[in-house]
Amino acid sequence: MTVIRPYGDTTGDGMVQTSFTLPVPPGPRAEGAALQLAGKMGIHPAMVVHSHGIGEGFTFFVVYGSVTHLVDTDEVEVEERDYPLLSPAEVNGAIKARLHRKLVVMGACIGTDAHTVGIDAILNLKGFAGEKGLEYYREMDVANLGAQVTVPELVTRARAARADAVLVSQVVTQKDAHLRNTRELAGAFREAMGEDRPLLVVGGPRFDPAMARDLGVDKVFGRGTTPGEVASYLVSALLPEEIAA
Amino acid sequence: MSARLTLDPGLVARARELAELAAQPVIDLATRHTTVSVERAVLRLAGLEGTDPVTGEGEIPWVNRVVDVVREQVGLEHGVALPVWHAIASGAASSLQDVAEQVGAGTARLAVPTGGDEERAREAALAAVGAGLGRVDAARRRREELVATHGDPPRRPWIYLIVATGDIYEDIPQAQAAARAGADVIAVIRSTGQSLLDYVPEGATRTGYAGTYATQENFRLMRAALDDVCAELGRYVRLTNYASGLCMPEIAALAGLERLDMMLNDAMYGILFRDINPIRTFVDQRFSRMVHARAGIIINTGEDNYLTTADAVDEAHTVTVSQLLNERFAREAGLEDWQLGLGHAFEINPAIHDSFRLELAHAMLARALFPHAPLKWMPPTKHMTGDVFGGYLLDGFFNLAGALTDQGILLVGMMTEAVVTPWLSDRDLALRNVRYVLDAAGGLSEDFAPPPGGFIDRRAHTVLGEAVELLEKITADGLLPAIAQGTFGITKRPADRGKGLDGVVVKAPGHLDPATELMEGRA
Repeated sequence: MTVIRPYGDTTGDGMVQTSFTLPVPPGPRAEGAALQLAGKMGIHPAMVVHSHGIGEGFTFFVVYGSVTHLVDTDEVEVEERDYPLLSPAEVNGAIKARLHRKLVVMGACIGTDAHTVGIDAILNLKGFAGEKGLEYYREMDVANLGAQVTVPELVTRARAARADAVLVSQVVTQKDAHLRNTRELAGAFREAMGEDRPLLVVGGPRFDPAMARDLGVDKVFGRGTTPGEVASYLVSALLPEEIAA
Repeated sequence: MSARLTLDPGLVARARELAELAAQPVIDLATRHTTVSVERAVLRLAGLEGTDPVTGEGEIPWVNRVVDVVREQVGLEHGVALPVWHAIASGAASSLQDVAEQVGAGTARLAVPTGGDEERAREAALAAVGAGLGRVDAARRRREELVATHGDPPRRPWIYLIVATGDIYEDIPQAQAAARAGADVIAVIRSTGQSLLDYVPEGATRTGYAGTYATQENFRLMRAALDDVCAELGRYVRLTNYASGLCMPEIAALAGLERLDMMLNDAMYGILFRDINPIRTFVDQRFSRMVHARAGIIINTGEDNYLTTADAVDEAHTVTVSQLLNERFAREAGLEDWQLGLGHAFEINPAIHDSFRLELAHAMLARALFPHAPLKWMPPTKHMTGDVFGGYLLDGFFNLAGALTDQGILLVGMMTEAVVTPWLSDRDLALRNVRYVLDAAGGLSEDFAPPPGGFIDRRAHTVLGEAVELLEKITADGLLPAIAQGTFGITKRPADRGKGLDGVVVKAPGHLDPATELMEGRA
């Protein structure tokens, strides 16, 4: 069966729960407005199970109900991981066998973004989700430039260090700053180094992994990416087995 | 007073002694240097406002222009005050504003005075900056009057909420709504780029990223807006901003002039998280803390940040070490214990066994080690995964730990941390969470006494012991080398690198900083 509905406690019941705020004071008219919205969202029948006023002129609602929409799982498109997941020992082994020198990785937060949480989770020895960061990989030479690095500075440093890969994390998304900064990054490397530019990898909780081409970078990682995935990707992109040196 | 851990007094005394030893060389270093921002703060205290309409796009403040030109013409090693007030005392300029205009017109000819001229310039500078410090004193007295009139929040911890739209005119109604909803402290977080700007923007601003620019006018507008709601609410609502980044001394001066009540001010945050040069940071933070001390401002330190990069269990002792160093630097700058909102955070991975007991142990250690400091308790961020339901529970436990361990200032955690900037409903739900916990369990600290030798007591002593060990090492190696080696928050920051280093100047004999002289009571 490829056509499914949400599951509350019975197959096919279509039950969902949602919450939202409307700019109206609480009362019967507010609940009616919430039900109208729920209906337009495809929730029918809908129940406002809770509402309360917030400040003056706002009401918060919790709504339960059955959605009329159907989901066809055959029509779902996802970006499947197209590289094998390697252990740190396998990554080190691949670099040693195929590159004969250390793989140079440079990371930074660019623009005004000061949230180094993402890049630190991937690079710092401490790592993330129980996996050690790239600093732990013996065959990698890792430099974390930290926060608020300018794009020209990153290009200069990456070129001086002969970086094989540049990793950039972006958390702040206000006014699409993450997309703008990433395009600027890609443009600057293209202009400065052309085909010799390092592999460009960006990541952050609000990126869509399918956007790499559009942004002009080689790879986009989204929420929950682990250091092991990044390391495995670097090996597959930079040191593919068939053209190993 | 509620139950507290009883810490080994020998270990506590040793920790403080080591913090003092570690801090002293850095304090000496700070007193031997000045920075462009300290010199600009002197001019701000003397009342120089506004921007040069011609330079750049008209956004460069006069204080920057004057300090740059003094540096070009005579160097900064004597300070900006002597050449500037020499120009005024000798009649070459009619006022401080006139000096700025001459700088703008390119006609200023500045000189370092000697002999009787030096004495006259010195007296004039002290009088001008003294008048500015008088305004800071008046703002402090005004706060004391307003607190006496409206009253302090009825209970601890004070509830601290963040507002950040980028537009001061959007921030104002949001801040007023947050105060009406129960916030005791409003923090207007800054535009993310501001910490690395080497000037303070001017005027009311509407275009920040993930925050609103800290400007004198924005400070004034927001303080006035909160004063309006204080009367309505029957309690004094405090306003917070950030004395950090390259303009720390100037922002501190503006905060003092405009009656801000709390300021983020960490001894090492800029070094570790913004890659600002360590010497620049220590010089700037000493000056800014003296201003805060004078202004009666409560500082908030940034130890919570270490735990966002380092592990909250393995690195718990680095928080304690940083708190001890922050305390030492703060006291040396004249801050009193009631002004020390030392930071710490609830950042232990909730998946590990006994995580809440470990949090309690760390929070109680801070409480016991700094019994008279308000302590700023920061909510979970690192393990807020987007599971808003799990996050709401975690925030509830964070609030409970805060109530149970007598934290002074509680930053309200958002279940949508790391998902979106807080929505109206997120803030409302978060405040409901806090109110429920404080109403239900606010008095529980009275009944809660972890037994000596029990898990919490042992863990607190382990962390304190590790902190003393690390302080021994820092004292032996030196604080600057320790920072260079990545001791705090894993980041490595050598003293000869980092942003803002070119703004650091070694003082010449006879350097005059009228603000510091007056604040230290030397003039």
